[in-house]
Amino acid sequence: MNHQFLMRGLRGACALAGLCLSLAAGAADIGQIKIAKGQVSVERAGQAMPAAPGLRLQTSDVVKTGADGSVGITMSDNTLLSAGPGSVLSLDKYAFDTTTYQGRFDSTLKQGTLAVVSGKIAKQSPEAMTVRTPATILGIRGTEFVVSAEPIAR
Amino acid sequence: MRAFPTRGRLSGRLSALGALVLRPVGDLLRKRASACLLTALLAACAQPPTRDTIVLLPEKDGRKTAVIVNNGGKQVTLDSPYSAARTGSADVQGYKSGPADVQSAFGPALAAQPPRPASFLLYFAEGSDTFSDEAKRTVEQIFAEIAKRPAPEVAVVGHTDRVGTDQSNDALSLRRAEFVRRELIGRGIAADNISASGRGEREPIIPTADGVTEPKNRRVEIIVR
Repeated sequence: MNHQFLMRGLRGACALAGLCLSLAAGAADIGQIKIAKGQVSVERAGQAMPAAPGLRLQTSDVVKTGADGSVGITMSDNTLLSAGPGSVLSLDKYAFDTTTYQGRFDSTLKQGTLAVVSGKIAKQSPEAMTVRTPATILGIRGTEFVVSAEPIAR
Repeated sequence: MRAFPTRGRLSGRLSALGALVLRPVGDLLRKRASACLLTALLAACAQPPTRDTIVLLPEKDGRKTAVIVNNGGKQVTLDSPYSAARTGSADVQGYKSGPADVQSAFGPALAAQPPRPASFLLYFAEGSDTFSDEAKRTVEQIFAEIAKRPAPEVAVVGHTDRVGTDQSNDALSLRRAEFVRRELIGRGIAADNISASGRGEREPIIPTADGVTEPKNRRVEIIVR
């Protein structure tokens, strides 16, 4: 193999790797914390971090509020999520194509209270957004609603 | 200043490269998704049961909407303002709620709702390379909106009319959005906080037949959130 050819191949591979990295970084941010009052934390890969406005969220993040806490989140498809005190909200699955507006958004309110204004994903495809509690599945047909999940003492 | 992108400078090489990269990424995501699903199912089994309340709220613009509540196979559809449902063990009952009930049960969650995204439109004549006076006023409004918001971000979305192929309009709308993104970064928005994407001809303001030129559809939408 001639040296010049090898260098060109290497340069191409680097450019490709760079593109993959930037795609991965772009895909990772799915929304942002806009409002955080009282105690709010985000659990990512087993690590808890305090949440302040501007924190960028990723798929599988779990947002928790303390007894005095509340949190407001804007997703990249314009969905608004806001949770009251004592809430645990898991962002299970999120995908949003900014060209076609096709996507998928599934989240789970494990406990607490949540207000939702759905965004472009639900508007584009009525089946593409669900909000769950441990026992209930909500199919969202492009809308504003509130949901609470109160643990039953066993 | 670079010229505002006009039709016909599609870079075929770039889109081929995109397809090459996106396919393996898609496969990886699918594999990951099935692993996540399994994890989610296992987690669902371990979670304590909850008693749930769901209330549909009135829409600001009066659009007809619905939430379908499914609990253990039983289903209730909420489709009018303040229609509501309560769940028990594998059961769901419909009822009527109201503003006072919602405020007392959901006040803090509703108070933490982020400001609604605001949308602005910029129009360009084909081939023009500067903002018109009207566009400059819109840009001032955009900066005023950004200043009002906590942790503001901007999404720039390009649109075309229906002259040209779908693919060339996807590329053209993206170039228009990237042009506006660069202009706004030049005026002080941090590059990290502003994205550009192209919707092609999918979202006309004025629906037309294919191949029809329509200046109102050749626009760039700026969403501040």
